[in-house]
Amino acid sequence: MDVMLILLAAGLLSWPLGRYMTAVFAGAPHWSDKVFLRPELLMLRLFGVDGRAGMNWRQYGLAFVAANLLLGIIAYVLLLCQHLLPLNPDNVGPLSWDLALHTAVSFLTNTNQQHYSGQLQLSFFSQSVVLVTLQFLTPAMGLALALAVLRGMTGGLNSATAKAGEPRNLGNFYQDSLRAFTRVLLPLSVVLALLLGSQGVPSNYQAATEAVLLEAPQSAEQAHSQKIPQGPVAAMVAIKQLGTNGGGWYGPNSTNPLENPTPLSNALETIALVLVPMAMLWMMGGMLSRTASVNAAAASQAGLTAQTGLTPRAGQGFARMSFAVMAVLSLCFVAAAVYSEMQPNAAFAGLGASGGNLEGKEVRFGTDLSALWSTLTTQTSNGSVNAMHDSLNPLAGLISRAGMLINAIWGGIGCGLINFIVYIWLSVFIAGLMIGRTPEMFGRKLEKTELSWLGLLLVLPSAVILILTAITLSVPEWTANSNPGLHGISQVFYEYTSAFANNGSGFEGLGDNTPWWNLSTVLALLLGRYLPLLIPLIIAGRLAQKQVTPPGAASLPLQSLTFGVTVVVVILLLNFLSFLPSMVLGPIGEALVDLR
Amino acid sequence: MNLNSAFTQSMSAPTAAPTAESAPVQQHALWLPALRFSLVGLVFCGALYSGGVTLLNQLLFPVQSNGSLIQATDGKVLGSVLVAQPFSAERYFHGRPSAVNSDPMNTAGSNLAPSNPALRERVAAESSRLAAVYQVNPESLPLDLLASSGSGVDPHISPAAAQLQVERVAKARGCATTTVTALVAQQTQAPQWGVLGEPRVAVLPLNLALDQACPVQAP
Repeated sequence: MDVMLILLAAGLLSWPLGRYMTAVFAGAPHWSDKVFLRPELLMLRLFGVDGRAGMNWRQYGLAFVAANLLLGIIAYVLLLCQHLLPLNPDNVGPLSWDLALHTAVSFLTNTNQQHYSGQLQLSFFSQSVVLVTLQFLTPAMGLALALAVLRGMTGGLNSATAKAGEPRNLGNFYQDSLRAFTRVLLPLSVVLALLLGSQGVPSNYQAATEAVLLEAPQSAEQAHSQKIPQGPVAAMVAIKQLGTNGGGWYGPNSTNPLENPTPLSNALETIALVLVPMAMLWMMGGMLSRTASVNAAAASQAGLTAQTGLTPRAGQGFARMSFAVMAVLSLCFVAAAVYSEMQPNAAFAGLGASGGNLEGKEVRFGTDLSALWSTLTTQTSNGSVNAMHDSLNPLAGLISRAGMLINAIWGGIGCGLINFIVYIWLSVFIAGLMIGRTPEMFGRKLEKTELSWLGLLLVLPSAVILILTAITLSVPEWTANSNPGLHGISQVFYEYTSAFANNGSGFEGLGDNTPWWNLSTVLALLLGRYLPLLIPLIIAGRLAQKQVTPPGAASLPLQSLTFGVTVVVVILLLNFLSFLPSMVLGPIGEALVDLR
Repeated sequence: MNLNSAFTQSMSAPTAAPTAESAPVQQHALWLPALRFSLVGLVFCGALYSGGVTLLNQLLFPVQSNGSLIQATDGKVLGSVLVAQPFSAERYFHGRPSAVNSDPMNTAGSNLAPSNPALRERVAAESSRLAAVYQVNPESLPLDLLASSGSGVDPHISPAAAQLQVERVAKARGCATTTVTALVAQQTQAPQWGVLGEPRVAVLPLNLALDQACPVQAP
C-alpha cells in the first residue's frame, strides 16, 4: 500500500519535472531565467567560459575528462589534509592514502562507495564541503553528457543547417553542467533538505553531544554515556538522494535514525531516489520532439522535405516506450523484493513468531519499505540503503545485484539514460538482424565502427567484475569476508558490481578498508564510470555527422509495443548470459542451501 | 531584459541560424576552465549550499536540527529521541538487539547473512533466553526482539514487543500493570498519516515517562 503510494508519487512528480528540464536545456527563454540567469552568468565568468560557444563531441568529451581529473585531484588533496583543515570539531585524524584515494574516486564517479565510516573518519569539512561538492557536480556532469548524446543522435544543435560530415554542435559542457546544477539539483535539494530538517535530520556544526545513559552500567568497563554525532547532515542527505549519489553522513546510511528519522522522511528520500532519473525520460521525449519540429520548420523554410527520421510524435512515443520498459522491469523487481522480505529469514526458523525478515532492518520502516528502497537504490545507481543488504533474503539479494548489473532501469542521472540508449542500439542491431535491415536510429545508420564500440561496452562489465572477483577470491587473505560459504562469494561479487555500476551500496560486512580493496575497486570505479559514458558519446558524435535516410515502410518503429518487448528481452538476456554462473555461485546457491 | 534575451537567443541554436559564435569549430581552452569550474563548485556547493541550508534549518526547526535531544529541566542532555540506549535492567523496557551495543558513534548492523551459522546461533541463544524470562513459547516471540537492527541504534520496538515486557516492568517497579499499559499506549506511534511505515513504540521516552510516573529507587 505505502509502497504503491510512494511509486505513484514519484511517477507523477517526474512528469512536470521532465517538462521543466526540457525547457531549461532547450535554451529558449524561460521563466526560470528571471531567478537563475544572472548568477549563472556570474559563474560562467568565474569559470572563464563563454556558455554560448558550442562544442563538438571531442571537445565536449575532453572538457568532461579535464573537469573530472582536476576535481578529483583537488578532492584527493583536501581529503588527505582533512586533519589540518577547519570544521573538524570532533578532531578526526588523517585518512590513509589509499582510503583517501578510494573516497575521492568513489565520489568523483558518482558512486559513493564508502570504505570509511562517516561519523568516525571524516571531518565536517570533508563531508559537507568536499563530498557535497562532488555529489552536486558529478550528477550535473552526467546529465550534461546525456544531453550531448541525445543531441548527437539527432544530428547536433546545428543539424538543420550543417551538411553531412560537417562538425556538429553538441552544446557547451560547462553551460549544460551549470544549468543541471543551478536549475535542477540545487532547488530540489534545498527543498528536500528543509523537509528532512523538519523530520529531525540534524543541521549544525557542533561536536558530538554527550548524553548520560539513563540506565547506569552494570560493570566498570561499560560506557556510562553515549555520544550523539552531529553535523550539517540534512544538506548532504538531500543531494545524496537526489543526485543518485548514495554516500550518507553516517555509517549505515539512511538506516540510521538521525539520517532517516520517520516514515515520512523515508518516503521523501525514496521518491528522491528515482525522481530525476524518471524525469530524464520525459526530458528526452521533450527534447526529441522539439528537435524534430525545429528541423521540420527549418527544412520547410528552405523548401525541402524534412531530412530526418524523426517526427515529434515519434520522439514522444519513444520516451513513453522507454518509460514503460523501465517501469515494467522496475515494478517486477520491486514486487519480487517485497515478496522476498515478507518471507522469514532462514536463520529464525522455529525461534520466533512467524513474519518477515527483520534482521538488519528498522522497526519504523518494516520489511516492505526496506525492500522497496533496496530495489530502487540498486536500479538507480544510487546505493544509499535503509536496511542492511548483507542480511537480505537471497531473492532480494539477487534482485539488488540484477538492478546494478542492468544499470539502466531509471539508472544514475545521465549515465542511466545513456546505458539505456546503449541497450536500444543493441536492440536495434539485433532486431535489424532478425528482419534483415541495416540497423538505424532516427534515420542514422549504425555501421561497423559504431557496432565495434558497442561490442566493447557489452563485454566490459563481465570482464571487469568477473576478473576482479576471481583474483580476489583466489587470495583468501584479501577477501576479508564476514560470512562463510556462498555468501562470502556474493560479498566479493557484490562489491565489484557495486563499484563498476557506480552504485555504492555494499554487503557491508566486508572488511573493505584495505589497500587491495581500495585500489582494486578504484580500478573498477574508473572503468565503470568513464568508458560507459565516453564510448556512447563517441558513437553519438559519429551518428550526428551521418547522412539521414528518410523513414520508409521497412523502418522499425521505436515507439511500438513490439520494440518495447524486444528491449526488455535484450536487457534481460544479455545480463542473464553474462552473469548466470556467478549468480548460481551466489544468491541462487544460497537460496538452495536455505531450502535444504 | 536585454542581457537575458541576448544570452538565451544565442543559446537556442536550433531556432536561430547558428551564429559564428555557436559554431563548434573554435578552440576551447582545456585546463583553466576545468580548474576554475572545480574551485567555484567547491565554494557554491560546499560552502554556500551546505552552510545556507544548515542555517535555514537552524532557524526553522531548532529542536530537530540539533539532534532531537531530550533535556532534563536543568539542561542536562538525557539522550535523543532518535537514538537508542542500551537497557538491560528489569525495571526498564528493553530495545532491539544491537550489533554495536547502541553506540551512535559506531553504528552498524550485524551484516550476517541468513545462511550464516553465526546468525542462527545468536538468534537461538536470544530466543531461548527470552522464552525463559517471559515464560512463553519461542514461536510467539516478536521478531524485532530477536533480529538486530540495521543501524544498531533503532530507537523503537514493535507494540507486540512492548506488550510482552509490560508485566515484567510493572512487577519490577511495583506499580499497576494498567499504569504501564497506559504509558505504552501513550508512547505508541501509529503509521505516519495512517499509511506510512509501521506502528512502533519509542523506548527511551517510554522509560523516561515510567521514571516520572512510577519512580523506583535505583538499586
